[in-house]
Amino acid sequence: MSTTLADLVAQLDAFRDATLAQLAVADSLDALEAVRASSVGRTRGALNDYKAQLPKLAGADKPTFGARFNAVKVELEAAIDARHAALSASAPAAAALDLSMPARRQWRGAKHPVTIVLEEIEGIFRDLGFTIATGPEAEHEWYNFGALNFPPDHPAMDMHDTLYLERGGLLRTHTSPVQIRTLQSYPPPIRIIAPGNVFRRDFFDASHAPMFAQIEGMAVDEGISFVDLKATLANFANRFFGETKTRFRPSFFPFTEPSAEMDVACRICNGAGCATCKQTGWVEILGCGMMHPAVLESAGVDSQKYSGWAFGMGPARMALQRFGIPDIRIQYDSDIAFLEQFAQ
Amino acid sequence: MNASYEWLKAIVPFDYTPEQLRDLITARCCPVDELVRLRADLASVVVGQVVEAGAHPDSDHLWVTKVDAGKGELLDVVCGAPNVKVGAKYPFAAAGTTLPGGLKLEKRKIRGATSNGMLCSARELGLGEEHDGILELNTNLPPGAPFLDAMPVGDTRIVVDVTPNRPDLLSHVGIAREIAAATGGTAALPTLDGATAKVPAAARGDREGSAGPVRVTLEDPEGCPRLTGVFIRGVKVGPSPAWLVERLVAVGSRSINNVVDATNYMLHEVGQPMHAYDAKLLAGPAIVARRARAGETLRTLDGVNRTLDPSMTVIADAERAQGVAGVMGGSTSEVSDATTDIFLEVAYFDPSSIRRTRRALQLSTDASYRFERGVDIEGIPRALERAAQLLIAVAGGSIEGAPIDLYPVPRHALSITIDSARVAKLLGEPVAEPDIATLLAPVGFAVGAFANARASVTVPTWRPDVTQSVDLVEEIARLRGYDSFSNELRPFRRGTVPNSPLAVLTKRVRERCVSAGLLEALSMPFVRGGDDSHVKLANPMAEDEGYLRRDLLETLAKRAEHNLAQRHRDVRLFEIGSVFAPTPAGLPREEMRVAAIVLGHRHPPHWSDTSAPDFDEWDAKGLAELIATAIGGAAQTELRAAPDSSALWEVAIYGEARGVVRRLALDAPVWAPAAFGVEITLVHVSSAPVAPPGQSKLEHPDLGAPTSHFNFKPFPSTPSTFVDVALLVPNDLAVSRVESVIREASGELLESLSLLSEYRGAGIAEGFRSVAWRLTFRHPERTLRDKEVAGRRDKLLRTLEGELGVRQRTT
Ligand SMILES: [Zn+2]
Repeated sequence: MSTTLADLVAQLDAFRDATLAQLAVADSLDALEAVRASSVGRTRGALNDYKAQLPKLAGADKPTFGARFNAVKVELEAAIDARHAALSASAPAAAALDLSMPARRQWRGAKHPVTIVLEEIEGIFRDLGFTIATGPEAEHEWYNFGALNFPPDHPAMDMHDTLYLERGGLLRTHTSPVQIRTLQSYPPPIRIIAPGNVFRRDFFDASHAPMFAQIEGMAVDEGISFVDLKATLANFANRFFGETKTRFRPSFFPFTEPSAEMDVACRICNGAGCATCKQTGWVEILGCGMMHPAVLESAGVDSQKYSGWAFGMGPARMALQRFGIPDIRIQYDSDIAFLEQFAQ
Repeated sequence: MNASYEWLKAIVPFDYTPEQLRDLITARCCPVDELVRLRADLASVVVGQVVEAGAHPDSDHLWVTKVDAGKGELLDVVCGAPNVKVGAKYPFAAAGTTLPGGLKLEKRKIRGATSNGMLCSARELGLGEEHDGILELNTNLPPGAPFLDAMPVGDTRIVVDVTPNRPDLLSHVGIAREIAAATGGTAALPTLDGATAKVPAAARGDREGSAGPVRVTLEDPEGCPRLTGVFIRGVKVGPSPAWLVERLVAVGSRSINNVVDATNYMLHEVGQPMHAYDAKLLAGPAIVARRARAGETLRTLDGVNRTLDPSMTVIADAERAQGVAGVMGGSTSEVSDATTDIFLEVAYFDPSSIRRTRRALQLSTDASYRFERGVDIEGIPRALERAAQLLIAVAGGSIEGAPIDLYPVPRHALSITIDSARVAKLLGEPVAEPDIATLLAPVGFAVGAFANARASVTVPTWRPDVTQSVDLVEEIARLRGYDSFSNELRPFRRGTVPNSPLAVLTKRVRERCVSAGLLEALSMPFVRGGDDSHVKLANPMAEDEGYLRRDLLETLAKRAEHNLAQRHRDVRLFEIGSVFAPTPAGLPREEMRVAAIVLGHRHPPHWSDTSAPDFDEWDAKGLAELIATAIGGAAQTELRAAPDSSALWEVAIYGEARGVVRRLALDAPVWAPAAFGVEITLVHVSSAPVAPPGQSKLEHPDLGAPTSHFNFKPFPSTPSTFVDVALLVPNDLAVSRVESVIREASGELLESLSLLSEYRGAGIAEGFRSVAWRLTFRHPERTLRDKEVAGRRDKLLRTLEGELGVRQRTT
């Protein structure tokens, strides 16, 4: 029976695997030399037998097998040399592996801390029946302000120092435009959260950045009430921060009425007052409120029939608190020494 | 808004500490940013605890004590007080501190015993004449804590962060009204020393009238809907009485002179800005509220020459502008020591007009801040009367003639219908009708009788923010207390909105990048740009941040460079973010993209490795494949030759060019390894309007198409067989081209094709390389015969030679 290339290569590979296996258990230089002699040894080495098969192959197969043969030979010799080096280094002979030595590692990837916080928030709201909506970062002025009941020439605009685009439009100052886009696209009941980047003409300092992540939330249906708003957000706070006290207090946003802000008890002083919470015992987490009827109407939703609530919060600042990061600017440096800390 | 604790207390009685007051204002109105103790001269005095006390060896009335002042070591302090007790806490002033009255403490020896400071009595702290001994503190604060935290003395400034909707809270009266509503007390303006002058009833008019000798004209009722004033003759300008200075200092204002201080006092007390003119310096004498003339100039009180325009309202005399209405007065008619006659202007200016003016002039003042938010137009006569009385009390003089009140179109108080059923529905809990009235009345709302769940509510004129019933719902909720509403989670209906495909895809791609060992970066999208290929910002924050990035690698490369500057050699970053491309008109084209940069070691070097290879082109290509297949799946992904030399490969998904793999030229130190970048578009993010304002365009609420699935292949039950072929491939023939011919020629039995090696050099002709593949064949039902495989190989070799001119390697 003639020898095929395939058979021969298979045999060669099997021989290589067997030899590597022997090498792995050769725990003395003597044992190693025995393996060397029986495998790649010039006189007794079994590898020679494979070379001897070469003439039996069809002419066209010869270079293929030749290349394969050489590759195996080089691999085995290198493996034997490496084993020799290892055994020599670990005198006295017969030393076992020191299992305390470090493993061979892979690079470990990590999500950005703001993403980690965002995903945690998303997970909690997913359990509360919310889906994720998105929208563009370059927006029409109407979606960012007009539809959200911002009166023109009103001091409320001062809370949104805006970056405008030269050819019209702006960089959204909050994720609230997604409220309008979603309401225009889907009928109630609606329960969505909308994560995304927002922009303010704020110069960098320890707690401000010109771009930062925000997460919006909105629930619209018949009979949605302030109690639903409070209950959902307090439930969120208890899951995100662990069992915690929450406080709702009046605030102002043109697109909600009543408007509120939710604080949680300061984790650092447990409510006693410290520098972090400006001695108040409370830390502000999010702004929220019942959706203003004008906002529902601007998206074509009947505000007599439907009501809703909405909130917005800043995962970037929450990440500062959660991980004890002293300065928001660190989040944008993308320094490996920072990011690798999140590769847990 | 800076409020004084003592000033508030003079308007409404309460028992709250400053902290309690802070919490009350925060819970009912708006947040308090800060409490500032005004006895700053006591700021360096701390709580000291006496840990040991022994008799002084050389004195029968002195004690030698050891004091814990929070410094980590105990201080020796000599004390002469008979009441010193071990364990007790006292105000402690360390050596180096200056006490009220100017005594600077130094470390010194008292009869041979060292003293590092002083335990203080009330008198030594300027807190009274008590000198029976040192002041024992009843406090839980630890040693070293500020004394003022343990014992609040002096006034406290309450810094209230008033939201833009609540101009009524920009005054002590407004905040006191809210406190009174909480306590059930009554807010009333305090009597001021000597402020008893009788102010005649004002003369009413539409467009003109007089106050004493001053002719007053209202030419611009749009910008100035109400203009009032009074003429006071014979004032003596000088310093203010101590009580007035103290009030102004408490709110962070500077005392200027008695006349100006009186107007400032009124601004802070009732929230009505006003301005006093030296009437002798007014041409006419006349006061005219009119639009500025084009190019008209005015030197304002801050000494700046300003050019005005006709969009701005000014207060002028018969000849020229004397002040920018509601923003700042002019220096020509400024009250000085020589002033004897005053015209006091008290007016209402249109909020949006003030806002436009102060933005145009870039000049924000306490006055413009209040006018912009809306002062109480109906409160003006009372403010004028009280201001005149106060002015005369502190600066003398007397009113000549009657005040003038030009108010052509009086405002009517707004009435809103409230529906108690609607209140209950929106708040989620019923609020009894009598409770609605009880809650609203103390802050100035007049609630009529309820009939069929409805009642009419009259809104006080100081609340311009309350215009519809939902605003009253907020009032009811906040006055009852937001925290009094239940936190009970109630049943809800499932929403109709499917998860955004963008969010789903982003998440999948991110997971894949992380599992490939990449670290997620976050970079700002602003770039230097500078040409038409980038979207330009109209009002950038900095010149080198004037444009938006067009590619993620633009900004991610900067992050890689930052890491190299930090001497990190192994950099593996990815980012998911938006990029923007200009369009001829309208909003930019926005895309959500993913990008990655790798440089440095392919794996963390291991002690047993003989070499530690760096990332190369093939890693970058593999990374691109890994990311791209998360988008389109392996079958839809192709890495093909880049159309130009700026990139190595183009990433095609569904046949469409969606990304690139490239070598990156970083601004890098010489030791930096080669850097490679990948960038792929995830989706185009539409910014097109969904529907016109006020309308919707409802999509069928679908749940999203099921994700496409590949078909499971049964495990083979027959053996495979393979052949290896080595081909001489010209350097300029793409291996992918050879592979496609191999696949086609080998037929459906070819299970896999894997590239084994590439070799150039000895034995291979110049311009060629030897490339070897292993072809694995398998028949699903039977074992392939050697002959069949050999036949396929021969056919393949013929096809390769025929189609590509590629031959087998024979040497
Ligand atoms: Zn705290």
